[in-house]
Amino acid sequence: MDTEKRTQHLTERLTYIKDVFGNKQQENIRLLESKLEEFIQRENGLSTEDKFAALATLEDLFGFVERNLENELTAMDKVRIVRHSQRICLRDILENVYDNYTEIGGKDENSIDPSMLIARAYITRRSGKRVYHQPVMVIGQEKGHGEEFRNGGSVKPWGNAKALHYMKVAETENIPVHTFVFTPGSFPVEEAPGAAQQIAKNLYEMAALSVPVVAVFSEGGSGGAEAIGLADSRLMLSHGYYSVISPEGAAAIEGRLRDGKRAGPELVEKCAHQLKITADDNVRMGYIDHKIQEPALGARPYHYDFFRTLRQEVIRATDEVVLNVKGFSPFRAMALRRRKGKSIEDLDLENIHVRWSLSRKARNRLIAKRHAKFNKLSKSAFIDRRPIHRRVAAWFVEKGWDTYSYFKYDLWRSHQKKLMYAVEEVDAEARVLMDKVKGPWKKLTKAIPASSSKADKEKELTMLSQWDEEDQGKGQWSYISPRAKDDRAITCPNSDTHGCQDLWAPDLFGEYAGVCNSCGHHFPMEYQWYMHNIFDPGSIFEFNTEVESANPLGFEGFDLKLEQAKNKTGLKSSCTTFEARINNVKVVVATLIAPFRGGTVGAAEGEKFIQAAERAKKKRFPFISYVHGTAGIRIQEGVNGVIQMPRCTMAVRRYIDAGGLYLVLYDTNSYAGPLASFLGCSPYQFAIRSSNIGFAGPGVIKETTGMDIPPDYHRAQKALSRGHIQGIWDRRDARHNLSQALMTMGGRNLYYR
Amino acid sequence: MLDISKLLEEIKASPYEELVITAPHTGVVSFGSIKEGDRVIGATGTWNEIPGTALATLQRERNDKIIRATQKGVVEKIYTELEGTFVDAGTELVRLRHFLSKDEVLSIILKKALYLFEAPERAKYYFAPEVDSKIKSSGSQSVTVHDGMELFIMSRMKREAPLNYSGPDGAIYSVYFQHNENVDAGAALIGVCPPDQLSLIEDVVVRVQTEWVEQE
Repeated sequence: MDTEKRTQHLTERLTYIKDVFGNKQQENIRLLESKLEEFIQRENGLSTEDKFAALATLEDLFGFVERNLENELTAMDKVRIVRHSQRICLRDILENVYDNYTEIGGKDENSIDPSMLIARAYITRRSGKRVYHQPVMVIGQEKGHGEEFRNGGSVKPWGNAKALHYMKVAETENIPVHTFVFTPGSFPVEEAPGAAQQIAKNLYEMAALSVPVVAVFSEGGSGGAEAIGLADSRLMLSHGYYSVISPEGAAAIEGRLRDGKRAGPELVEKCAHQLKITADDNVRMGYIDHKIQEPALGARPYHYDFFRTLRQEVIRATDEVVLNVKGFSPFRAMALRRRKGKSIEDLDLENIHVRWSLSRKARNRLIAKRHAKFNKLSKSAFIDRRPIHRRVAAWFVEKGWDTYSYFKYDLWRSHQKKLMYAVEEVDAEARVLMDKVKGPWKKLTKAIPASSSKADKEKELTMLSQWDEEDQGKGQWSYISPRAKDDRAITCPNSDTHGCQDLWAPDLFGEYAGVCNSCGHHFPMEYQWYMHNIFDPGSIFEFNTEVESANPLGFEGFDLKLEQAKNKTGLKSSCTTFEARINNVKVVVATLIAPFRGGTVGAAEGEKFIQAAERAKKKRFPFISYVHGTAGIRIQEGVNGVIQMPRCTMAVRRYIDAGGLYLVLYDTNSYAGPLASFLGCSPYQFAIRSSNIGFAGPGVIKETTGMDIPPDYHRAQKALSRGHIQGIWDRRDARHNLSQALMTMGGRNLYYR
Repeated sequence: MLDISKLLEEIKASPYEELVITAPHTGVVSFGSIKEGDRVIGATGTWNEIPGTALATLQRERNDKIIRATQKGVVEKIYTELEGTFVDAGTELVRLRHFLSKDEVLSIILKKALYLFEAPERAKYYFAPEVDSKIKSSGSQSVTVHDGMELFIMSRMKREAPLNYSGPDGAIYSVYFQHNENVDAGAALIGVCPPDQLSLIEDVVVRVQTEWVEQE
């Protein structure tokens, strides 16, 4: 390299350090700056050898300072490293880690979404004298080095759809998927297929993707990261971050800032620290399997050694995943295990040959392993105050249900079904025969005048079904909102356009169930209203009441807030799970309740949701998720919260795959994470008219994209026209409609398809 | 013929509109913190989603209803003697002085000076194809209309009918309707300017643009 290039390179390294540390480390920065300046000043007077010598000294000094600074990196510095335009991007990885690649699904800005890059690549390995080309599907967010059209790695829904499409292609071709997570978060546009819906779809499909998936996290921001991050092996670059929200976003929420005001740097720094977003934190909590060490102050495109490490690591991770589910691999698995602690130089993975395609049986084992892996996560992030004997008892009850449902449904029911089908066939045959035999007799009896009851029966069968006012109970609800005791009038927000008269609160919240009787506007109602008016009176049986929300990260001040929420609502988490009946149909219900910290989902809520889905699966009951409201994932729990997105989606997937009927009903405001995972993946989603449904709320959209959105952007009607939900219900009809939906979608047996 | 100079002077003499805010229904009034001379604004934002300045609160059956300014202006009078009393619907509460902007003055003058051709019924209107292409290429003022000319297509409930212009000859000076939007019966579609008055009107436009002093 000539001196000019080397000087330029050093200048770039200096800017990088300045950008990363900002106002901190002034002394070191000044030192480097003055030394570089000094060199540039006297450069012209030096001979070539002296120049080279001086440059080498200077480069050593840079290396020394960088290594020193490395020890003083804070979480927020790492966030700045990850966001820096000099940071390695997916294109660099494709160039340096894989042996050859072809971009598919577009190139640069001529792509359906340039921030999602997909490439069919291969890794060449030599084992003995043979050379193997092992194809992989590489999928990841591409930030580029500051290209505008990449949108900073914020993927739009169609980008995630593209990723999913090629995951399916990989599945068909039986090749592993390597995903690279380089995103600050998903882009919140709601156009079809919908930001939240698409992420939910990705999660749902990835839960049962039957090829090995290895994810490498560099910048993992919330839902955007999850869209491709559900993997059998999750690696993380040592200077990356994986978090539920950006530190700035967390600071804005913590500092209760509104109208786009920015939080101070101290608060941001503190939030970054408290959220536990670094690779070490995530490895410790178990959300990341392995950390990949980067060079001092983070990998940049000229760190070729690092790419070699990365290559070895992704190969090892893929090998591990494959060998774990392969039938025959004792020695290779052992060899791989023995190399686990070794440095990368000792690891010569290139000459262990592992075929990355899987047999049908291995594929099933892979999916089962993936589910077990995610199911184990975040178990210590909530409180379960049950004494040990009750836990043991619960375990026995559960096992009992397992056995019972195995005998009743798997063993007996399948034979019974076969028998039933056979009887049905014989019966149908016999009927045709009997008709022929009885023909002459029937002709004779027809001549005699028919009884009147037959006509009634006919009328009953052929008449259109009618809307039944009885279902509304004529306004006699079994739960009345406490607001109905208020002696005052209320103005409908539509009064200007629809000319609605003022409503008297006792009428509105009592008899009218919170619905304007002129325009049908729905005022939000308490969750108890639904619990007591949708389900049969007295049929609710709550379970898992002891599972309690906690503060797993020790987030400052959050214990107090949780305590307040618990005292205010009398609940222990925002998720309540219960068994109930609707018109005598037994169902399992999981609710998210808005008054408890906005209905946010953390480890306790996720666990309760999963347990409910499991229970519904065991008991073969329909599973209803009633969402009174949710603001998303609880940010104070950090990754403990965000991991509930894949965990719960996988539980739902297990339930649906086992033949269950999963219904979602929204009320009031439902946003973000839960919607982009376990709620959004339901094939049957309905909303009460009062609901707002979307990925990011208006404030977040304004902050992240700078776009103003129309006030009705998230209304249920819009969500319906975008295809998010399948229907909008009047609150007064909710019970009737839910019962109707169960009967029509579940069929006679409700659970079985 | 219209004396435009005189009209302009008249508007200049009182360069504002007076808006009278009345009680929409009965109730007890309280005026809050506004004072005479305060500047107020109407609803703003792309979708008028940011409400205007609160002028008064009307309470009936313990239901507070805030009365807001509908347009930008200055509070001229507040009927403070009504504070805390029960008023009937239609009672004057606040008087606002809304200063006219250049565009508003121009439209007042133009609507008086031009011949306005009105929509005969509620429908969507489009220019006839040949007129439309002419307007698109060289502006509406390049089109001269004459009585009986086939000028519009009236589209309603998927039925389209031609509509002939009736009125004095002249150039189309301004267009008051938009594509794909319904126009109410009686609303102006176009303003036609007779050829002999064209220079006069252009002169007025220039005068308003240069002479009119925006009050806020």
